[in-house]
Amino acid sequence: MSKWLARISDWICVRLPVDKFWKEHLSEYFAPKNFNFWYYFGSLALLVFVNQILTGIVLTMSYKPDAKLAFDSIEYIMRDVEWGWLIRYMHSTGASAFFIVVYLHMFRGLLYGSFKKPRELVWILGMLIYFCLMAESFMGYLLPWGQMSYWGAQVIISLFGAIPYFGEDLALWIRGDYVVSDATLNRFFAFHVIAVPLALVILVYLHIIALHQVGSNNPDGLEIKENKDTQGIPLDGIPFHPYYTVKDIVGAAVFLIVFAAIVFYGPEMGGFFLESENFIPANNLTTPEHIVPLWYFTPFYAILRAIPDKFGGVLTMGAAILILFVLPWLDKSSIKSIRYRGKIFKFALATFAISFVSLGYLGTQPATPGAMIFARIFTVLYFGFFVLMPFYTRNEKPAAAVPARVTRETPLTETLRERWPRVKEFFLQISAIREIKTSSGSVYRIPVLDVEALLAMARDRVSNIRKKF
Amino acid sequence: MKKFIGIFLLLGSCCGVAWAGVELDSVEIDLDDKASLKRGGQLFASYCQSCHSAKHMRYSRIAADLGLNEDEVSRDLMIGPKTINDSMTTAMDVIEASEWFLGIGPPDLSLVARSRGSEWLYTYLRGFYLDEARPFGVNNLVYKDVAMPNVFWEIQGLQKAVFKNVDGKPVFDTFESVQNGRMSKEQFDRAVTDLVNFLVYVGEPAKPERVRFGKYVILFLLIFLVLAYRLKKEYWKDVH
Amino acid sequence: MNDDAVDEGRRRVLTVATSVVGAIGAGFVAVPFLSAMEPSARTRAAGAPVEIDISKLEVGQLIRVGWRGRPVWVVRRSQESLDDLGTLKDFLRDPDSEESIQPKDASNSMRSIKPEIFLAIGICTHLGCSPTFRPDIAPSDLGSDWKGGFFCPCHGSRFDLAGRVYKSVPAPTNLEIPPYRYLSDTRIIVGEESSEEAV
Repeated sequence: MSKWLARISDWICVRLPVDKFWKEHLSEYFAPKNFNFWYYFGSLALLVFVNQILTGIVLTMSYKPDAKLAFDSIEYIMRDVEWGWLIRYMHSTGASAFFIVVYLHMFRGLLYGSFKKPRELVWILGMLIYFCLMAESFMGYLLPWGQMSYWGAQVIISLFGAIPYFGEDLALWIRGDYVVSDATLNRFFAFHVIAVPLALVILVYLHIIALHQVGSNNPDGLEIKENKDTQGIPLDGIPFHPYYTVKDIVGAAVFLIVFAAIVFYGPEMGGFFLESENFIPANNLTTPEHIVPLWYFTPFYAILRAIPDKFGGVLTMGAAILILFVLPWLDKSSIKSIRYRGKIFKFALATFAISFVSLGYLGTQPATPGAMIFARIFTVLYFGFFVLMPFYTRNEKPAAAVPARVTRETPLTETLRERWPRVKEFFLQISAIREIKTSSGSVYRIPVLDVEALLAMARDRVSNIRKKF
Repeated sequence: MKKFIGIFLLLGSCCGVAWAGVELDSVEIDLDDKASLKRGGQLFASYCQSCHSAKHMRYSRIAADLGLNEDEVSRDLMIGPKTINDSMTTAMDVIEASEWFLGIGPPDLSLVARSRGSEWLYTYLRGFYLDEARPFGVNNLVYKDVAMPNVFWEIQGLQKAVFKNVDGKPVFDTFESVQNGRMSKEQFDRAVTDLVNFLVYVGEPAKPERVRFGKYVILFLLIFLVLAYRLKKEYWKDVH
Repeated sequence: MNDDAVDEGRRRVLTVATSVVGAIGAGFVAVPFLSAMEPSARTRAAGAPVEIDISKLEVGQLIRVGWRGRPVWVVRRSQESLDDLGTLKDFLRDPDSEESIQPKDASNSMRSIKPEIFLAIGICTHLGCSPTFRPDIAPSDLGSDWKGGFFCPCHGSRFDLAGRVYKSVPAPTNLEIPPYRYLSDTRIIVGEESSEEAV
């Protein structure tokens, strides 16, 4: 039996380099041994991508890309197709999960300098993936043909109309009609199910190949290839398979538990994943009261609204995305990881993260004058992070000496075990034991929250901080 | 770096859209209460379906979900000549209806509970008050100038809205009964609860099934997680 | 790496256990994906039983009714045709319909509940074409032995007026008879068997 299997695999490997591929990318791809929490999101993005493709294929079997039939066909999937509701919720939840995972994956790149030399192409390919993903989800969101689908598409396509000279013609060309219509729906369907996914598959492949060419970065920002043993194996490297395959499976299991909880218990996610307005069929005569893009576009939407000029807004929004592409050349520092970078960079990155999240929040809110002021401040901070980067990173003073070899982070479980006494002490401090007598005479001692102790502790903290300054 | 995780979690914490102006009454939705769903279905058939359809809801699905047989469904829930395989279409011709309502046809109600929410429906259906300026003689508290008559006036009775003056603007205070209906207030609230319950069911008939499956899936994944974690621990013993 | 400490046995057990549980999970996930391709509730509703009014059906005439998207033929056979059916036995592959599909109360030599009313699914058992109705006796293209029946233009299969297949043609079995029952003398419902209680 095993002899036969060996012969079959030999026969194949002579003709198709399966074994070579396996070695290069899994069993003999040496990854740094100090990956932490942030390093799960790459493989998770791949998992969500597979989920989107599989559920998407099944949805295509029952969906009708026709303005008259589209909305009803979604309800047909939700009600009449066997398990259609599950497939559809997996797809809609997957869309948002994709962005959560990709945003965390990108932020990891910022934290540990994974975009820096020699991984500039890995970063640019990743940015192209992100760009395609935005196009993919934008066009996919038109397909349910609800009110939000329709008016969201109308607004975003109108952005192209702001471009001088040929903008209106371009918007007309994208829509194929004077408004978003059946023609638009039909072509968006074509892009969503084949053109963009095909581009994504190719880009993901190139992203991984480019990564494996230069090797993975790590939380210490060290090049493990600089320290090799006599056989040419990096001293701080471990084969991706089995060590990171088994680790990523754990990450996938945790991710799937969260994913399943959303799919089964709250697929609308309070209106963030599925908007209530989108349960009303598209109507080209009435616009919903609040048009809000899906949450993953809201940072850019807030930037768009912050600029009091149509073309200026479009330009700034485009620049907010495009500036990410040149990030590898804006950062002049030789240090990669946030662990060893100077205070200024840490401050700048924190400001950027807060600005991005705040812009995202502002994008979901009505455009009141107060919100506009904040949106403008955060827009300036967002661009400031990039534009000023060459200056504040040029002569960076490291916060700590970069070690020669990678350091292993304390596992989360150990950290918890270590900190448990302090946590316990904290809870004991803020709780008071109350005795409760039941009618049968037995006495229970129950800890309850002691608000006064909590307030006293908070006062202490504040006065401590005051003393410091 | 841990603090950044917290910032991302903030994203999920802001949800819920309030309806401007009027406070919505809370309503208890119980999709397991099949008697309530059935009563709601009967109310839908007799009070709503002459104008509104629920075209995505098939009678055979209702029969299966609520444990009714074909005779019960056709006796209690069907209007007009229909079979168990039909869906809840309206008795009224749609084109005629649109003209009747000044160009705005009565919408299909299959998904109204998902677009409006149960609390809105509950408040809306109980929120009609006398207003002579409107073509049907009634206005609505949460849907101002709605082109729909109060179909429940016989059972609910008639009420007028009392507004109080706050900073020179009229703000809704309370309803005052003008004429009693066949039902008491408690009975009527119960009936509207049943109807809203039914509309929530119609909005997503797969919901009870969805919630039921969830715990098995998560339980299975937890078992898988324990195994995967042990496997990881075992292999990572090699890494120092 | 410290190879001495490796417990190969435990490692293998955990690998197998995780793989098996993972495979079971994948199996569960496959179910919704595969069953989404089954006929939907709408398709099943559209495949509900259909009623046929045969009061205007004349002798020798065929009417077609759609049931589950397939043609159902109803033919009122003449007495001569019924007499001829008994004489064809030697030319047929399965004259007693032992390998063919029909409801219990139509499992007789006439393959029908009432002899004169013949009802069958008009789909050739070979590769799914719909045969043509050829009631004419001994036409030039079908030969002098032809006593009336159905001829499939796709691959030349021949059936008699009871839907029984002739020998040496490609079709393997007789035409399928769907479940049906009489609601009255002139009304038939296709898709429900008479033995079943009305649901």
